[in-house]
Amino acid sequence: MTETASRSTAAPLPDLDRRLGMYRTMVECRKFETRAQELFFEGLVRGTTHLGVGQEAVAAGFAAAMREDDYSFATYRGHNHALAKGASMAGLYAELFGRATGLMGGKGGSMHITSAEHNMLGSYAIVGAHLPIALGAAWSAQYRGTDQVAVCFFGDGTTNIGAFHEALNMAAVWKAPVVFVCENNQYMEYTAIRDVTAVARPAADRAAAYGLEAIVVDGNDADEVYAVAQRVIARARAGDGPSLVEAVTYRHGGHSRADPGKYRPDDEVQAWLARDPIPTYRARLTEAGVTAKDLDAVESEAQAQVAAAEAEAREAPEPSPDVIETQVWADGGSAWRN
Amino acid sequence: MAELTYRGAVAAGIAQEMRRDKAVVMLGEDIGAAGGVFKTTEGLLDEFGPTRVRDTPISEQAIVGAAMGAAMTGLRPIAELMFSDFFAVSWDMVANQIAKTRYMTDGQVSLPLVIRTANGAGLRFGAQHSQSIENWAMAIPGLKVVAPSTPADMVGLMAAAIRDDDPVIVCEHKGLFATKGDVPEGEHVVPLGQAAVLREGRDATIVALAAMVPRAVEAAGRLQDEHDISVEVIDLRCLIPLDAQAILRSVEKTSRLFTVEENPRALGWGAEIVSIVADEGFWSLDAPIVRITTPHVPLPSAAVLEDAALPTVERIVETIRTRLAEAR
Repeated sequence: MTETASRSTAAPLPDLDRRLGMYRTMVECRKFETRAQELFFEGLVRGTTHLGVGQEAVAAGFAAAMREDDYSFATYRGHNHALAKGASMAGLYAELFGRATGLMGGKGGSMHITSAEHNMLGSYAIVGAHLPIALGAAWSAQYRGTDQVAVCFFGDGTTNIGAFHEALNMAAVWKAPVVFVCENNQYMEYTAIRDVTAVARPAADRAAAYGLEAIVVDGNDADEVYAVAQRVIARARAGDGPSLVEAVTYRHGGHSRADPGKYRPDDEVQAWLARDPIPTYRARLTEAGVTAKDLDAVESEAQAQVAAAEAEAREAPEPSPDVIETQVWADGGSAWRN
Repeated sequence: MAELTYRGAVAAGIAQEMRRDKAVVMLGEDIGAAGGVFKTTEGLLDEFGPTRVRDTPISEQAIVGAAMGAAMTGLRPIAELMFSDFFAVSWDMVANQIAKTRYMTDGQVSLPLVIRTANGAGLRFGAQHSQSIENWAMAIPGLKVVAPSTPADMVGLMAAAIRDDDPVIVCEHKGLFATKGDVPEGEHVVPLGQAAVLREGRDATIVALAAMVPRAVEAAGRLQDEHDISVEVIDLRCLIPLDAQAILRSVEKTSRLFTVEENPRALGWGAEIVSIVADEGFWSLDAPIVRITTPHVPLPSAAVLEDAALPTVERIVETIRTRLAEAR
């Protein structure tokens, strides 16, 4: 494990309601994705899925610190971020099942989850693409004078692609209100990030190149993530420019679909599973005085919500082929000639 | 009417739209203080200031990506790619992100943005700064493609592109920057997707685009004067949306069709025109359709080589004359 921010004694813990809210977000994401994986093996989820199981504290901590009108950008490992920003669970399942009621009507799939009404402006499946795009949304907020912030989540592998560096530089020069959040889950895809990166901390060690502070946070600790998120979002909102945060975490499963992740040493996996962000957070909330009954209620409510969302999506119709030639253009159609 | 250069028409069209809509902003390399490497954005920084006319680093992915993010969130950005060859550097943003996001999100997101670029040959810059890339853009569903040939059309089509709610690629032809023409006074907007019949004719139709348009017009004049061949010239102006009906109507009248294309031959835009006419206008034709194109090679830099590679007035005249003679 690389260094983490010291348990921010300076940063007061959020109130218990907010902490319980983060716990709820994490549990909902975990149950949603765990079930999605089962449904993949059942053949109900087609194509591919990239799960963020193990990384929920990053999504929960940042979402809790964001305003509703702040923009969120994620990668193909984006289910958690969509749910954390308020996207419909049934709509997300329906999209995974390829149903008409999917968030994108069955045109996007798991890798492109978007819920514009929640300012979740997309999941991007080409590594690095959304960093410049998030910068553009931040530039827009800056120009319009709205004090909105764009938060852009990406993986450690992204730190080695050109768009990362172009976006960081331009965001810093423009003092754009954007927060770049690297979820360092230790593996780019099937290869350990340390084996292919010139520096130990793939994001934080690049921050200095853009005049930014090197910020590393324990990405498995929702309280820590929340504290850092609050600080960097406030900085962006105040007009003081972008931040680059490296949240150190771990992908419990493989890269995608049926990848069992066998290239990872057992002891490494076991050590990280012991630091699972959800049971550890539950223990901390228990210490803080939340009753087992209340915590159990969060679990059972999330379970019921996932089951209801799955049932709703299962019953949804498949899209009509009539929609294939729609929504290429803003007029709703696809005409390219007369 | 005011006479403008094609170069000046770029800034004039942009300025017209920036005056009427504060959501229109610009970004690109050297577009502000320098006025653009081709001086196409001269005066815009002075009039609209650095918050609306933003100089960027040499970061084509960030330029085009930032335009997309701004377009998703209420602005109408105009991104400049200094040379159209640099589309290759930002192709993920253009082809994977901008072109597809509206469709993939089932219409949740609109992308009202323009990417302007200096396109085409004639300046002896060699193979990486002279390409005609309009057919690259045409091949990707979700992009509109505009390539004006006159100052008036540059103003009018630029305005329409900026007002359009979809992504539009505006190809500014490097070989035309110094040309002059009259531009109507007052607000001037030319709708996308309407070809212009520049010259009426009976014996053959030429369909051309951008810098090939004045060559086609000159060739048509010579064919009339020297060979008594009456040629209709259509300036396509836009590849997407494509005014296929204008071509089909003309072929119905002339029964012969020639395309004049600057892009390399294989899958140049004319190939799609040929396909449409073969499909829908076949019984109007008296003879095979002929494409007059640059050969399928990278462009050479030496003046004599570059000139010989592109369709010249001479080649257009000779091709049409001989092909019409064969059929007679």
